[in-house]
Amino acid sequence: MFILYLKHSIISNMKNVVILGAGTAGTLMANKLRKKLPAKTWNITVVDQERAHYYQPGFLFVPFGIYSEQDVIKPKDNFFPKGVNVIYAKIDRIIPEENKVTLENSEKILDYDFLIIATGTRIAPEETQGLLGDLWRKEIFDFYTIEGAVALAKYLETWKGGKMVVNITELPYKCPVAPLEFIFLADAYFKKKGMRDKVEISLVTPLPGVFTKPIATKMLSKVVEEKNIKVIPDYNISEVDNVNKKIIDYAGTEVEFDVLVTIPTNKGDDMIERSGLGDDLNFVPTDKFSLQAVGHPNIFVIGDAANLPTSKAGSVAHFAAEVVLENLMCAIEGKPLDAKFDGHANCYIVTSDKTGTLIDFNYDTEPLPGLYPYPVVGPFKLLTDNRMNYFGKLFFKWMYWNLLLPGRSLPVTDHMSMKGKRYPKHHVN
Amino acid sequence: MAQKEFAGQMIEVNEEGYFTKPEQWNQEVAGAVAREEGLELTEKHFAVLDYLRKRHFAGEALTIRSVGKSGVVDVKDFYALFPGAPLKKATKIAGIPKPTGCI
Ligand SMILES: Cc1cc2nc3c(=O)[nH]c(=O)nc-3n(C[C@H](O)[C@H](O)[C@H](O)COP(=O)(O)OP(=O)(O)OC[C@H]3O[C@@H](n4cnc5c(N)ncnc54)[C@H](O)[C@@H]3O)c2cc1C
Repeated sequence: MFILYLKHSIISNMKNVVILGAGTAGTLMANKLRKKLPAKTWNITVVDQERAHYYQPGFLFVPFGIYSEQDVIKPKDNFFPKGVNVIYAKIDRIIPEENKVTLENSEKILDYDFLIIATGTRIAPEETQGLLGDLWRKEIFDFYTIEGAVALAKYLETWKGGKMVVNITELPYKCPVAPLEFIFLADAYFKKKGMRDKVEISLVTPLPGVFTKPIATKMLSKVVEEKNIKVIPDYNISEVDNVNKKIIDYAGTEVEFDVLVTIPTNKGDDMIERSGLGDDLNFVPTDKFSLQAVGHPNIFVIGDAANLPTSKAGSVAHFAAEVVLENLMCAIEGKPLDAKFDGHANCYIVTSDKTGTLIDFNYDTEPLPGLYPYPVVGPFKLLTDNRMNYFGKLFFKWMYWNLLLPGRSLPVTDHMSMKGKRYPKHHVN
Repeated sequence: MAQKEFAGQMIEVNEEGYFTKPEQWNQEVAGAVAREEGLELTEKHFAVLDYLRKRHFAGEALTIRSVGKSGVVDVKDFYALFPGAPLKKATKIAGIPKPTGCI
């Protein structure tokens, strides 16, 4: 009796951190937190609906046969540390007023002292009229899901050529450079097959040009031009005409396609909407420095699920993780939160099947040329097209599985550094 | 910082013609900016401009989607009122910064 009582009191004295979503951000947070929080007093629970972990940056290479599905998938279970409870279930909703999370098809209710939302973003093709019409996954493909990337690979194997239209539906979408990388790899792929002259590639985008940040845009526009890729800017798609195979925007501009590669609207999970925690795209309004959900001091948001004014990218989740960890520890101890996120993002960009470039930026500083991560020795050159950077991209996959997910440090600083960077001559900010 | 005259007032603008001091805005000035863009403003235009200014001063990021969901206009009407690139045009006429479309 006494032992039972004791056991019970220990259990009820345990505090709970619940992590929603075990993708890039949730997995690395679970690893970091388990190292930091004593197992005697803190339970850590992670919830995800899927058992497979996909290396999403690898999806880019799947349509061109560079990677297969097997190359980008591993069991999620491989990446959780000991002493973390893992629940595979669909999250129904968060009840922030009661510090509870409910699950679908389960009576189980998760109580939390602190909650970390890491449910990412998903594509929402249903937002655009006609996108899910007769041609979906027949002549209209996405490459932001494994299903889409695999279907497109099959289609391209036997495609005879024609008009390939790559369309970005609206902002924000994850990994903002991925559509550009896609067209660069497509250019290389068709060249290799000896059919580049039979393919017209165009990028149809809501942006005013190929990218937003001025110096990177200049560099990337040059690559686009050299590869003879047509750019249609300021284009906001309203519908897809499946019969006549064209897309139409709100201004009435029509673009014909033989194959349409779409980056559909990106939305946060519907669970965020059900919980009343989202903006109009189901992203969680988040303090851009402290990474707390606005109005909910015991909820932190990390990764693509947050509405932060920086890129939605795995590297951003990695850099944000230290800030969430530090601030969570402060919050637990009742101290003011002193870690501040700077919006740091770092992306290798492939510019062909042999070359790549690299950008590094944050809330305030746009991507600049220079050397990375070390001044003078690099070895990577920012905003310069070369072979070394392409290897950097491929090496990122190894780093992702072996350093990033397990919550180890990467060989770069968490806060963006100006070391080794320079503004181009004649550049006026 | 450049200055430009609209409806007899000197307005501070940036190199793209966007107001750098949104408080210098009023309806007459808006009408003059609009005429430069080839538009005659109607009550419907002003309803949109008011909405955009309110959201801007509330610190919210403006997108075509959020305007479309505002209940003031839908996206089709927004294009009809400010043809071409509606958000860029409408923010210019509303005297607020050009939305950057964070990426
Ligand atoms: C084609 C492509 C290329 C990319 N390239 C790069 C790159 O080069 N560099 C880079 O840094 N980033 C890149 N990214 C982006 C990167 O993959 C994401 O930003 C990163 O994975 C975000 O991590 P996250 O944890 O926020 O979301 P995710 O990793 O997507 O994880 C979210 C998790 O939440 C779970 N979940 C959601 N809702 C629920 C629910 N209701 N119930 C239960 N579970 C739920 C999901 O199952 C998922 O496992 C790329 C992405 C794509 C698609």
